[in-house]
Amino acid sequence: MKTILLSGVALAVLASGAIAQNVTEVRIMWYSDGNEGEVIADLLDRFEQNNPDIDIVLDNVAYQVIMEQLPIQLAAGEGPDIARVTNLKAQAEHWIDLRPHVADPAYWDENFGGRFDWIRKDGSDAIPGYMTQLTLTGGFANATLFEQAGVELPGPGATWDEWIEASRQVMEDQGLPAAFAIDRSGHRVAGPSISYGANFIADDGMPAPIDDGAMAYLSRLAEWTEQGLMLPEVWVSAAGTTYRAAADDFINAQIPFYYSGSWQVSNLSSKIGDAFDWVMIGSPCGDAGCSGMAGGAALVGIKYTQHPEEVARVMDFLASEDILREFSERTLFLPAHAGVVAKGGLEFQSDDPLVPPALNAFVAASAETMPAADAMPAWVWANTYYGAIVTRISQVMAGELTMEQARELIDSDVADQVEAAGQ
Amino acid sequence: MARFGETVGRVATLPLVLIARAFDPVLRLWQRGTGTGGMVAFFLLPNMAIFGVFVIIPLVLNFVYSLTGGTNILLGDRSFIGFGQYGRLLECGNYLQPLTCREDQFWTAVRNTSLFVLFQVSLMVCVSMITALILNRNIAGRGFFRAVFFFPVLLSPVVVGLIWRWILQRQGLMNLIVTNLGFDPVVWLNDRFFAFAAAIGVSTWAHMGFYTLILLAGLQAIPKDLYEAAEMDATPPARVFWRITLPLLGPNLAVVLVLALIRGVQIFDEAYVLTGGGPGTSTLFLTQYIYEVGFASFLRNPGLAAAASILMGLVLVVLTLIQLGLSRRAERGNTR
Repeated sequence: MKTILLSGVALAVLASGAIAQNVTEVRIMWYSDGNEGEVIADLLDRFEQNNPDIDIVLDNVAYQVIMEQLPIQLAAGEGPDIARVTNLKAQAEHWIDLRPHVADPAYWDENFGGRFDWIRKDGSDAIPGYMTQLTLTGGFANATLFEQAGVELPGPGATWDEWIEASRQVMEDQGLPAAFAIDRSGHRVAGPSISYGANFIADDGMPAPIDDGAMAYLSRLAEWTEQGLMLPEVWVSAAGTTYRAAADDFINAQIPFYYSGSWQVSNLSSKIGDAFDWVMIGSPCGDAGCSGMAGGAALVGIKYTQHPEEVARVMDFLASEDILREFSERTLFLPAHAGVVAKGGLEFQSDDPLVPPALNAFVAASAETMPAADAMPAWVWANTYYGAIVTRISQVMAGELTMEQARELIDSDVADQVEAAGQ
Repeated sequence: MARFGETVGRVATLPLVLIARAFDPVLRLWQRGTGTGGMVAFFLLPNMAIFGVFVIIPLVLNFVYSLTGGTNILLGDRSFIGFGQYGRLLECGNYLQPLTCREDQFWTAVRNTSLFVLFQVSLMVCVSMITALILNRNIAGRGFFRAVFFFPVLLSPVVVGLIWRWILQRQGLMNLIVTNLGFDPVVWLNDRFFAFAAAIGVSTWAHMGFYTLILLAGLQAIPKDLYEAAEMDATPPARVFWRITLPLLGPNLAVVLVLALIRGVQIFDEAYVLTGGGPGTSTLFLTQYIYEVGFASFLRNPGLAAAASILMGLVLVVLTLIQLGLSRRAERGNTR
């Protein structure tokens, strides 16, 4: 009896081993701003049910891991099979070309081709992946706080100065710690800088010296911090290029005005609930325009994968029109799929009445981005510039540098990085 | 029963005995050729191999990296630039004014780390000493207090940083107390002076238990008859401390001082979580600078980070040599 039992167990172990040998593991590194981690897990479960030969391991990590640890893995020729990233262009050398592996390259070109240049090297025709969503930077206002303070929300075309002044009145009336906050990110301040006439790209495609347009907005930012109008914790309380969002301060009704982007809609909706009313207000204007900054996150295949065919099958599934439509509707993300956008009729799944107007406002604001802003996502030195701005402007806010010193140091930091990259 | 146990033991150790016998001829040959010294080297070999793989090779690689340029990580993709990274780090108009240096953040970090070491180590030694003296007395609940003071040592530095961040943030515990006392809340970690002081205080709180333990062991090793003799002579307590306790605690104090110095130079985790290096760069320490340059910035510069870590390593080597010298002197003092 014992012998039979042992034989049975041995056979079962051997059989499971044989099955396991036929299953290919595909690892995805994923970060979430809102509920997209749950949505993608659900979609991937569906894929696995129909594709039992692929076992997908979804590693949900913090955004900081994507920004700081993934690049190290990639530089060492390692990493997951697929990753969701926002540093799209600068790391393009590590993305796989899925063109030989996807079922229908023409489908990919037709629906995602418009933004492939954001995620591949200049001059390449590779299919590295697809944008999981388009994003646009923009502001949010706590309408309830404005109403309680008896202050009118500035209308379309209002300048940054007008918005900060209105927010200051709300701050003072409501006894809030600050009037507004903007995420500690170079990407976030680039759009407003461009609204004041900034141009970061020189004619030869290399970084241009930081100009008066950028300084006009960045000086304002430093002054607002000094005057106690901008929440200092976000920018001042860190050194270097560390990313910090101010979403929690807006969610906790500590600030009436918050400048971030469309990816926050789901986060704000789920965390604020009916605690107060909030609205998306677009990008306030500067002297040259009212530009936000387009961008987004992409799901890309990693060049070092051992399973390009399986990666392509997963990507084909996730990039299919129905799945992307469902992903956008459930995550409240703006789709980057040309077919989905053209057909329209997205039914965003939210009971929150504040969500549809917010998303529509983002769609409307996307028409106002300026050419200088549109060029940034596909520019390889964008993040270099962003890092220098964040580092040095934070020092100005902390009282360590003057704006003129910061201006010189931003230029020399960028030049040093360009020189180091060329060594 | 004893015979049964012996048999089981023999069977259990049989594989090891067989392996040892298989090596026996080789070892005999080795011993004949190299003598006893050779045998010592043979038995040290496994340990040295591990040390070599995890310490020596990374150290050499780090040095090689510091001689290369570019943003690639793989050594094969990097270009040799000699001591260019060191030149960049050391290029400075006035070392006391970081803004005159090409790598101003490096020199800011050096200045901050030096000040941190100066104040934190002084505070650490004083507080640990006082705590050890109190815990060495016959007070009620001595065991409990020893555990309480040692408890923070067991916490992860990230946990320590987060606990204190939550206490000191705008809506934290500290401001609850402040506002209940009728004052306006203060954003403690936005104040350059307080953030630096907080980094010192939190680091001292987190590690003092360890140093207290070393000093406590030293205090308990001091012969009691010396204190009894002093008591019989009606020697004042302060004189007892200066003439008996402090001199006999010298070796332990030296170890504490040097260990605290080394730990101080390496400060990173608690401070990084607590202040993130801010406000501005007022709590940017050397290890965070290396981390930022090598790993966290958008365009990483592993060569520059490696060169900075080599310079920091040199400082640590000097401190370690001082510790070794002091330990040897203490040993010689004890054997006399």
